[in-house]
Amino acid sequence: MSRADRVACEDVVMFVNAAIAATGQREFRSGAAAQRLSLAFLHEYVLGNYRDLYAATLALDVNHGNTAMVVTNLLRTAREASDQQRATEGRLIAARLRTLPPQRVYGVFRELRRLRINNRRTRAIVRDWVAARPDPAFDAVKYRRSLSFAARHAHLPLPGEVGTVLFDWRRPKRYQTPILEAWRRAHYEQRALYDLPYTVAEGLAAQHGIDRARFLSGIAPRLTDGERLRLQGAAVRHRVAAVAMDLATAPLTRLATYALSLPRPERARRRDELTGALRAAARRAARRQAGTWGRVVAVLDDSYSAAGSGVKRCRPLAVALATHYLLEALATDYTGLWLHHRGDPLLVHPIGATGLGVRLVDALERRPDRLVIVSDGWDNDPPGQAAEVLRVWRTRLDPHQVTSVVHLNPVYDADTFDVRRLAAGVATVGVRDAEDVAALVELARFATGSAGFDELRRHLADRVEGFLNAGPAAS
Amino acid sequence: MTAPADGIDLTGLTPGPAQTWGAIRLVPLLRPVPITDLRLHARLHHPDDLSIVHTSPRTAYLSYVPHAFVATWSTDTAPAAAYGTQLCGPADTGAPTGIRLVSRRRMARREDRQRLRFLPLHLAMEGYLTLQFGGPPVAWQEWTRNAVTRGLSPRVEASYTGAAVTGLDDALRVFEIHPDQCGMMLYAADALAAAFVVPHPDDYRALHPTLLQDFYGELLFHYTHLYPAVPDFTTRLDDTRIASVADLRAQLAQVGAEWTAFHAGMAGGLLSAGRRTVTPVHRMGRFTLSRFLPAFDPEAENHIGETITDEVGRTAYLKTFRLSAAQIRRGHLLSQLAATDWNLDATATALRTDRDGLIRRLDRAGLGHLLRPDIVDSSRRHAREPRGRATTAGPPPDRSR
Repeated sequence: MSRADRVACEDVVMFVNAAIAATGQREFRSGAAAQRLSLAFLHEYVLGNYRDLYAATLALDVNHGNTAMVVTNLLRTAREASDQQRATEGRLIAARLRTLPPQRVYGVFRELRRLRINNRRTRAIVRDWVAARPDPAFDAVKYRRSLSFAARHAHLPLPGEVGTVLFDWRRPKRYQTPILEAWRRAHYEQRALYDLPYTVAEGLAAQHGIDRARFLSGIAPRLTDGERLRLQGAAVRHRVAAVAMDLATAPLTRLATYALSLPRPERARRRDELTGALRAAARRAARRQAGTWGRVVAVLDDSYSAAGSGVKRCRPLAVALATHYLLEALATDYTGLWLHHRGDPLLVHPIGATGLGVRLVDALERRPDRLVIVSDGWDNDPPGQAAEVLRVWRTRLDPHQVTSVVHLNPVYDADTFDVRRLAAGVATVGVRDAEDVAALVELARFATGSAGFDELRRHLADRVEGFLNAGPAAS
Repeated sequence: MTAPADGIDLTGLTPGPAQTWGAIRLVPLLRPVPITDLRLHARLHHPDDLSIVHTSPRTAYLSYVPHAFVATWSTDTAPAAAYGTQLCGPADTGAPTGIRLVSRRRMARREDRQRLRFLPLHLAMEGYLTLQFGGPPVAWQEWTRNAVTRGLSPRVEASYTGAAVTGLDDALRVFEIHPDQCGMMLYAADALAAAFVVPHPDDYRALHPTLLQDFYGELLFHYTHLYPAVPDFTTRLDDTRIASVADLRAQLAQVGAEWTAFHAGMAGGLLSAGRRTVTPVHRMGRFTLSRFLPAFDPEAENHIGETITDEVGRTAYLKTFRLSAAQIRRGHLLSQLAATDWNLDATATALRTDRDGLIRRLDRAGLGHLLRPDIVDSSRRHAREPRGRATTAGPPPDRSR
């Protein structure tokens, strides 16, 4: 592999890691501004140097925020692309937007409007996406401002009453579309509120001065799954039984975050329910791969830095906890080692320094097939010991590489434009949701530099191919 | 009452691996067995209040007092975590923000039978400021009348709050506190700037944020500006001697032991300092609160500070402040003057200089106001004139053509 190829390979892997882990929010060790600045620079760099690969990352599982940034940047710099590139990018963008949550896509449209990007192709992308939405009237209520911005910016023809409700809603005496009529009536009568989406009804309920407990019990049937999980704490505070949910249906990482948000005595009291829900979610995430990974040992970081920040409360710890249950489902024989915590993993909390070195020896002593480390990579007790242990293990104790070691890092390090690495020979991969762990471990072979640049290009091309062919079927 | 003593006894405390952030290196001090019969409470005062601490009539000095501590002394071992209370005075709206002076009584005084309140580090700072506070004991003619009658009052020394030090807030925020941590050594660009030890881990966790409101020497302020970052000390394992997991474990244990020895070397300036002067301030039960002053050796590190020690001299509480070079020079000159009863010629001999040299040193150290102005002026004039030239005032040479 030539030097240029190696640099290119490292750059792309670095960008993919960052695009999976980074959210541009405040982290434990750096502020939101530093994170956003670093991430924006990285996007510019990869877009300028490897445009094809930059577009191809849309076919990977990068997080929603970075997907939105990639789409905006591709449309912003369409002038620099060749015709063939533009055709590929257009198909990729259209397919990817269909898989994003609607509020994110509307965010992209707002950003396009702010940057004054308005050419025929952009308008076509907006038009096709809005046309593919299942219920424009529902969007006109729930994403009212965003849809009106998109409509004005891209000159959208809107069906029937949707245009009226966006731009002249007071004129009609009544609407024929039920949800629009409910929204019109909800301005005057309280009962009509409860036919609206929760986010819209909440504002109107505040205007009417409706008691929070009464509002929650009335709106409970209209809650989405995410809103329901988010309102569990509020429901307990206001003693609303209607919001209660079966936790087993929640996604794994969200569920881990919820479990960590509870005080520890309550976790101990609801141990069976929470553990059962986490195990069920892990089995769902593992799907067909359950029980195929052989002997796995994980070293999980519960040091104080796993507390995240005010905007990402306990996120790194929640990823570690979710990974613990996922690996339990994936492996035939699994051991999870926390740095400080002993006993039931449900009761972990962030405390103390990060002494990875000694725990790695404990883990490697069991000679597993696969060692997974979930940590933010700030090894400080003593500094650099984990790297030394892994180096000695690789050179002296396991020269044939019977144990494959993967380091998953949930925190983007703004200074190095990458997730922080543990050791030179160990693959480090960014992670945001524990559900993706199985796919990320596949990416790990590119992170060590053992696989060539051609192989990486082939892998990305396969992913793009599969993504574009599966795209229409999935929507 | 004062007694010379050598190094500080940190028995029972083991230094852990350092954590660095920028130019600041924080070394945790761990205490496997905490002291349970001495507990501290932080009393946060409003940070904008300047406090006047009356030590005795007629000697008051101005200083910024972020918080006062309360030492609780109990013979039962009931766990009582430290708490902080915020005392805010009524803010004057409309008027320009002036300095409200809050009068506090003596620095260490019994509040009730079991509690002792003192202002952290102010004991030590007071000890430093009252150094030769009385001025010349013999009225030599070179000293001003003011110096003879009023002493060095008012005596002012500058220091920086932790909030003014670049990067210290982040370093303290991202520091991962060990569960059994009872203290902290703070290095700026690998120069020991401060040491802080408390009896119990709960106290430490409560007081960790207050380190940011404390005051630090000029050195820390400048070093964090001048040095962007210090490297981490990483130890390399000798892989030629490792053939099994047991060997690897043995090497890791050895590395851990090396840390302690290495750190004792790093903190040598404080732990094995030369002759310190220790003044006991208060004794309560088996604990003694005392302050210490360094030997004022301009070549070495000089820390002032205060300690609470138990009956065998082990440290339960410690807080130090590293003096800047100018402060050390002032302390050194004052102690030399005191040794010769403020006689200029004798002091000059002791300092291996002449009378003019000593006057210039006093002037540069900021003590020139104690000398009569004509004496200072003549020494400045001598300094300006090159040596060996005749100093007789003749007619100026005629330059007109």
